[in-house]
Amino acid sequence: MVSPILELTDINKSFGHVQANKNINLKINKGTIHGIIGENGAGKSTLMSIVFGLYQANSGSIKINGKEINLRSPRDSIINGIGMVHQHFMLVENFTVLENIILGFEGETVFGEKLQKAKEDLEKLCQTYNFNIDLDATISDLSVGFRQRVEILKSLYRGAEILILDEPTGVLTPQEVDELFKILRSLKDEGKTIVLITHKLIEIMDLTSEVSVMRQGEMVGHTKTEDTSKEQLAEMMVGRSVLLRVDKKDIKKGETIFKVNNLSVKDDLDVTRVKDVNLEICSGEILGIAGVTGNGQTELLEALSGIRKVESGSIELFGEKISDQNNFLNPRMLKEKGLAHVPEDRQRMGLISDFKAHENLIFGYHDQEPYSKSAILNNKEITEYSNKVMQEYDVRPNSPNLITSNFSGGNQQKIILSRELNENPKVLLVGQPTRGVDIGAIEFIHQRLIDMRDKGAAILLASVELDEILSLSDRIIVMFDGKIVGEKENKNVTDRELGLLMAGVA
Amino acid sequence: MEFLSDIASLINSTLRISTPLVFAAMAGIFAERSGVIDFSLEGKMLMAAFVAAVGSYYLGNPWLGLLLAIIVCVCLSMLHGFASVTHKGDQVVSCVAINILIIGLTTALAAAWFGQAGLTPTLNEDQRFLEIHLPFADALRDIPVIGTLYSDILSGHYVFVYLAYLSVPLVFWIVFKTSFGLRLRAVGENPSAVDTAGINVFTMRYKALAINGVLIAFAGAHLSTAVNANFFREMSAGRGYLALAAMIFGKWHPKTALIACLLFGFTDALQIRLQGVELPVIGEIPVQLIQALPYILTVVLLAGFVGKAIAPNAIGQPYIKER
Repeated sequence: MVSPILELTDINKSFGHVQANKNINLKINKGTIHGIIGENGAGKSTLMSIVFGLYQANSGSIKINGKEINLRSPRDSIINGIGMVHQHFMLVENFTVLENIILGFEGETVFGEKLQKAKEDLEKLCQTYNFNIDLDATISDLSVGFRQRVEILKSLYRGAEILILDEPTGVLTPQEVDELFKILRSLKDEGKTIVLITHKLIEIMDLTSEVSVMRQGEMVGHTKTEDTSKEQLAEMMVGRSVLLRVDKKDIKKGETIFKVNNLSVKDDLDVTRVKDVNLEICSGEILGIAGVTGNGQTELLEALSGIRKVESGSIELFGEKISDQNNFLNPRMLKEKGLAHVPEDRQRMGLISDFKAHENLIFGYHDQEPYSKSAILNNKEITEYSNKVMQEYDVRPNSPNLITSNFSGGNQQKIILSRELNENPKVLLVGQPTRGVDIGAIEFIHQRLIDMRDKGAAILLASVELDEILSLSDRIIVMFDGKIVGEKENKNVTDRELGLLMAGVA
Repeated sequence: MEFLSDIASLINSTLRISTPLVFAAMAGIFAERSGVIDFSLEGKMLMAAFVAAVGSYYLGNPWLGLLLAIIVCVCLSMLHGFASVTHKGDQVVSCVAINILIIGLTTALAAAWFGQAGLTPTLNEDQRFLEIHLPFADALRDIPVIGTLYSDILSGHYVFVYLAYLSVPLVFWIVFKTSFGLRLRAVGENPSAVDTAGINVFTMRYKALAINGVLIAFAGAHLSTAVNANFFREMSAGRGYLALAAMIFGKWHPKTALIACLLFGFTDALQIRLQGVELPVIGEIPVQLIQALPYILTVVLLAGFVGKAIAPNAIGQPYIKER
């Protein structure tokens, strides 16, 4: 019997009071692609960070090829042949590819011979795996897909036999995902072992031969991929059966209520990020904006919600001009006109994390009756309202006095949603509503958005999750480099078609 | 010819006046490239001036005074590191604390040891650095241009002046041509990338701060044991802050920081010259306005001309590994 290449026994890890990993046991066989699936916060990343030596386990043992090893830092892991591609790339953006790869493994004090040697070795590696990377390119000039290849190349150069990838597809277009999977399969054929951490069931089914499921810090199951199904895995992840599809009624499209004409917007660095965008949204309709992160969706949403100045063009609500380059209404005035906004970055814009839940729940309405009277907050009313709304939106735990940062991502999002949907807005702008949100909450949030649509709201939904766009939207526009590069009715559209548009090639 | 010798003497003073700025700016580059803000250049320079003066006075040798200043400044840098790297305190607060501590400490210690608040005894010739006259300086003086260049500009400086300008290419070489420099720059840009490359982020930052301490000590010793022959209260006079501005103006790069330091040094040299001089049309400029020139220039340059100075990405953020 060959011992597994990586074996974890009774791993425990806690951060303060939170136990992120409880008695984890895991065996990974050489030359396989092994999936680890679980919801956000299930402890997958923590576990792999322990294997990579970034965190130290409180107890438990790690064996590589049957030999127990002590991992005190990533250096120990790298020496033992473990490489990791993190969810947020560990690259220095203003360094070249070469500099990033040799960092920490320069092999000489003053650059000279070894640098040249490293370059030659890397060029050979690039050829072997068909990477097509310019070693002298600066990271900030590379697309996300290429940055990821740099990370893989970095691990290979450092001699990785086990390659861990943490949510590698979150930022990629479908085409880039295909490329990545091709690379991973060829690495497997070379005899490398791949550990794929993901919350996407389809990736597990596509790529892996074995899968382990985590839930709330515990390992709840191991199985061969061929012996299981998406539904079964989803049930294991969440602990109950879930609807993977959104059911929605046929569209009852009303009049156009929100209109954007020739809109251009600049970002903080004075770069034009939204270029001459035109769009219309009708009542009872969800318009989805698809696109890879950073193609102007953020700035578009900010301009539409009155947070960012409009460079040129105008925005109309019910035929009335609400913003152009000369004057624009601030978010408060827009709110009074019936516009609500669920911002992309809930930590930064949607919530004040250090406030209590009830404070965030009424923020923006705090100066209105019944929440306050003559500039004094009415705590009794606020608490009563908070209790009610938290029950309605199934926010857990249902404790209005808990500090907001202590809620999980999904529950934080529910807090924002309840606040923004409170006054039945006529226009709803939603950015990344389910980023970092668990499957159970996604189901709930999607249902709420559909309900709003059926009640006649006009909804603009920006998301990098294509599945989300495809399952919710009535009409889809694709943004690339600040421009709208395609518009499609959501009938028989495939993610391939959208992917080509998102990559700016179609 | 008088015009030429005026220019020569202006350049000569520019080089001398810029010296502490250059050391401090280079010190700042090491700290800030590693991701640690260093507002405490001012305080450390002041402390170095004090320690160097006291050390040379008691030990009778300015080099020993300098050595003591280095040790003390490295300790202060370590203190800054302990507060802001190890304990993840606010870096600016830590610096302000050091600056205030040192203003008070130097004054109080001078009072306790020498009976005069903020003043140390005058050093004799053996206890301080003297100007170095390069060989043949006198003989070559009369050759036009070359003579002026060699004898009046290059020759006749304190050792620190030469060391300061030699330190610039050395810093450039370390920061951009060695693996240490690569790691230094990386740790200020993205400490997580350094950590996952198996390098200890904290150790790197401490090393950078140690070098910072060594360099800033030279600036202080230059003030109290070379250009002056004693320490007096608050003798650093904002040079630490000015050097910080020069470093930002120079975009954390040794070459451009050097140019900025020279620019500040030049305006300072110019203002000394302009005092009491009747200018055509304007007449005599009030001395206070002239003395404010370098500071006005700093504000104008930083506010208007630099454009976007892009700081190391992770500057000012303590590295937190676990959530």
